[in-house]
Amino acid sequence: MTTKEQNMKNNSLVSISDYSKEEILAILDSAADFEANPNRKTLDGKVIATLFFEPSTRTRLSFETAVIRLGGSIIGFSDAATSSSSKGETLNDTIHMVSCYADAIVMRHPLEGTARYAAEVSPVPIVNAGDGANQHPSQTLLDLYSILKTQGTLENLTICLVGDLKYGRTVHSLIMAMSHFNPTFKFIAPDELKMPDEYKVFCKKNNISFTDVSELTNNFNDADILYMTRVQKERFQDLMEYERVKNVYTLKNSMLENTKSNLRILHPLPRVSEIDPDVDSNEKAYYFRQAQNGLYVRQAIMSKVVLNQKQE
Amino acid sequence: MEKKLKVAALRNGTVIDHIPSDKLFKVVSILHLDTCLNQITLANNLESAKIGSKGLVKISDRALEEDETNKIALIAPNAKINIIKEYEVVEKRPLVLPDEIREIVQCGNPNCITNHQPVVTRFFVLNEEGVNRLKCRYCEREVRLEEVKIK
Repeated sequence: MTTKEQNMKNNSLVSISDYSKEEILAILDSAADFEANPNRKTLDGKVIATLFFEPSTRTRLSFETAVIRLGGSIIGFSDAATSSSSKGETLNDTIHMVSCYADAIVMRHPLEGTARYAAEVSPVPIVNAGDGANQHPSQTLLDLYSILKTQGTLENLTICLVGDLKYGRTVHSLIMAMSHFNPTFKFIAPDELKMPDEYKVFCKKNNISFTDVSELTNNFNDADILYMTRVQKERFQDLMEYERVKNVYTLKNSMLENTKSNLRILHPLPRVSEIDPDVDSNEKAYYFRQAQNGLYVRQAIMSKVVLNQKQE
Repeated sequence: MEKKLKVAALRNGTVIDHIPSDKLFKVVSILHLDTCLNQITLANNLESAKIGSKGLVKISDRALEEDETNKIALIAPNAKINIIKEYEVVEKRPLVLPDEIREIVQCGNPNCITNHQPVVTRFFVLNEEGVNRLKCRYCEREVRLEEVKIK
């Protein structure tokens, strides 16, 4: 059974590649409906488990808010130390146990591949809220929603991806999702954190044009979207190198002078030093509203996975 | 004549020939021959004009299925599989990499769930521009065939 067939079986969302272009656009349409009217009770009487085996603020709170606004109830934990996994219970057993109580499971786990495995063994839908450095599809969908809202279209946009392009799961998923919409990418990263070859191969296979540069300054004047990510200290073997590059990739308000009027700056958050606070008041800064969009997108996702569930 | 004396003829079963000598016991492991109750003949470090030194496996009274023999394609792509009936070769079976490889490969990503929980490994076999790569079904990392770790 392919992963797609497996996920269709229980309607899970593990990776952005599980969704076709049409399914992505349907989620974005539905998110716009929820933004206009956030308190529709589509999950009335449903119980959703949020299993967070590692800490998360934004993602957990927005999923839980989404479920509550949809009229559903929440069970779960926000720290693996308070779950039976700390006693050595396997993920397989945890998922089977929780699926006895819940209509769907939202899960974050530090190990990569957990969501796919959980979707295989679970009788109820799994929504991946991040599995290690692998996938975080609800983030990708809220990124797409933010792009659509600010640009009016997803087609033919120039998108600059900046920062940790090697380990950053959000940028990898964004490339895959945007591949449906004829984008042009510019990858801006230090040599240690360059975009991995497999994603460049993916771009070539899908006729997506891209350039690969190291300098941030003056390299995004033609961009519609500037997608910033955090350069993480722990990724560097040479801390001197980290000290050298960390401020090179700091966006300052003065750097936005010659950019296009429709440019919007996105960031999956949390940020550390890669966006100077003086950018926050610029109308091109969109990252906080982007986080708010996460609520509507997650309402759309939860409605789709729970209500479209196939009866076996 | 001398060759025939080294390895006895097989009446019925499967012969796997031209296994690189350093891969013979991996083949034994992959095919679970250590628990197979049929008569099995193993030979190793035989002279080979093609590969220098080769190994050989003969399994009596059992014709391996294609999905079994294809597992060998990963580690010994040039091995030759012959199915024997009444001392005659009735099938020369080409080795084909399957679309998916289960169990025998270990994921190289230390943060993959398959390295932490009792999960059977599953890899998709990809072919891009003539180069085979394996992609972990779970953590989605890709590795080149030469970098694959056999369990």
